[in-house]
Amino acid sequence: MTILLSLQGVSKRFGGLQALSDVTFDLPQGQILGLIGPNGAGKTTLFNAINGVYPPEKGRIVFHGKDVTRFKPYQLARMGMARTHQIVRPLNELSVRENVMVGACFGHESQNLGNAAKIADEVLEFVGLTSRADQLASSLNVAQKKRLEMARALAARPYLLLLDEVLAGLNHSEIDNMIQTVLKIREQGITIIMIEHVMKAVMNVSDRIIVLDYGIQIAEGNPENITNDPKVIEAYLGDPRLAEQLLEED
Amino acid sequence: MALLEVKDITSGYGEVQILWGSSLALEKGKLTCLVGGNGVGKTTLLRTIMGLLPPWGGAINFDGKEVSRLPAYTKAEMGLVLVPEGRQLFTDMTIYENLEMGASNQHARPKFARNLERVYEMFPRLKERHTQKAGTLSGGEQQMLAVARGIMADPTILFIDELSLGLAPVLVLQLFESLKQLRELGMTILLVEQHVHLALAISDYGYVIVEGKIQLEGPARKLIKDKHVREAYLGL
Repeated sequence: MTILLSLQGVSKRFGGLQALSDVTFDLPQGQILGLIGPNGAGKTTLFNAINGVYPPEKGRIVFHGKDVTRFKPYQLARMGMARTHQIVRPLNELSVRENVMVGACFGHESQNLGNAAKIADEVLEFVGLTSRADQLASSLNVAQKKRLEMARALAARPYLLLLDEVLAGLNHSEIDNMIQTVLKIREQGITIIMIEHVMKAVMNVSDRIIVLDYGIQIAEGNPENITNDPKVIEAYLGDPRLAEQLLEED
Repeated sequence: MALLEVKDITSGYGEVQILWGSSLALEKGKLTCLVGGNGVGKTTLLRTIMGLLPPWGGAINFDGKEVSRLPAYTKAEMGLVLVPEGRQLFTDMTIYENLEMGASNQHARPKFARNLERVYEMFPRLKERHTQKAGTLSGGEQQMLAVARGIMADPTILFIDELSLGLAPVLVLQLFESLKQLRELGMTILLVEQHVHLALAISDYGYVIVEGKIQLEGPARKLIKDKHVREAYLGL
């Protein structure tokens, strides 16, 4: 089992707030890792640390056998790490195809424009946006923009894909379609970390799940273990002892 | 008849639909809670009820009258009062001035003295510090002030969005104690709360919302024992 990404004691602080404390895990190639936790748990911050947006002040990140702790996002993109953002930001003035070409040009294979256009068309077909290729990105609806965000990341031909809430804002049938797309991406051998609030989805597609709460990794395991872990339940539902205290005073 | 009835509300932001047909009813004098995971639409539902966000469909009836599309200021005047998430205090104004702002609607003004006495009794801290600027208070004190400002508006129904978020356990307990007092005074309250155990422990009735729809409801004391609540949260 090849380890594609390894985090060792990754910590990040914003002023007085410890956003990440000692996050440590190994991600084998080809797996889907689900990253869950209550609001403000540090999930997107962890993506930003892995992705080089906010380098951690402590700890080490190893990607593809190389220490990339202080690497910039563009360097990581060249090495085969791509991500989507929770709030989609297409280049509105460009066509859908051109948006995806940007991913191919600045990704792992640094394609020239001709190849980039070819790759863009392949990827657009894969995510089901072929019929929209010549439209302006601004004219897409939310579900289509989420797919475009994914297409742009895929056009970079990544080894590792970081998906930040790709299901947020989608309706039930769009969610089902998107899940199928995520599973198809894994079939191509791409390793995935997904942040997701739609629990049903993340529990169904993940090989393994990590739960963050206040920047601390409170649990790790397969979906079944996670849903039965008292620490996870407490993180989501609150500490039951507090409620008992409140009732005792009656 | 319920004091407030929300029927099959759909709503969202721009083209993103968040609520997919949510219904709930608030009985007069009862404390009702609405719980659910991240991003399932709790705040959106509150904002829609308050008139801060227009409903796309469905109906909201208050005291037998349809109020679905009335603006927030009209609803505030009618006694629908929100304690917003993140408190939204006037941080450069004193505690007393914040409380005055709370009482700015027409029907609350004549009751200013009585309501002030009530909130000072409930939160002695606020009385002691009434000349202090709201921005200099601790998180717990700010949350007390946010609730107190809501009470100053002399609500018929008080809506509270995330009472305990970001507060230390001892402060959380204090705030829930005050909520208990309000309940004993017979106030009608809808509490949106991330701490499910506390919310259900204190409420008469509870709703669990999942992906923009009410998935479970019932007397709070029954829900607290219902394993489906945990399943709703963890997506089983």
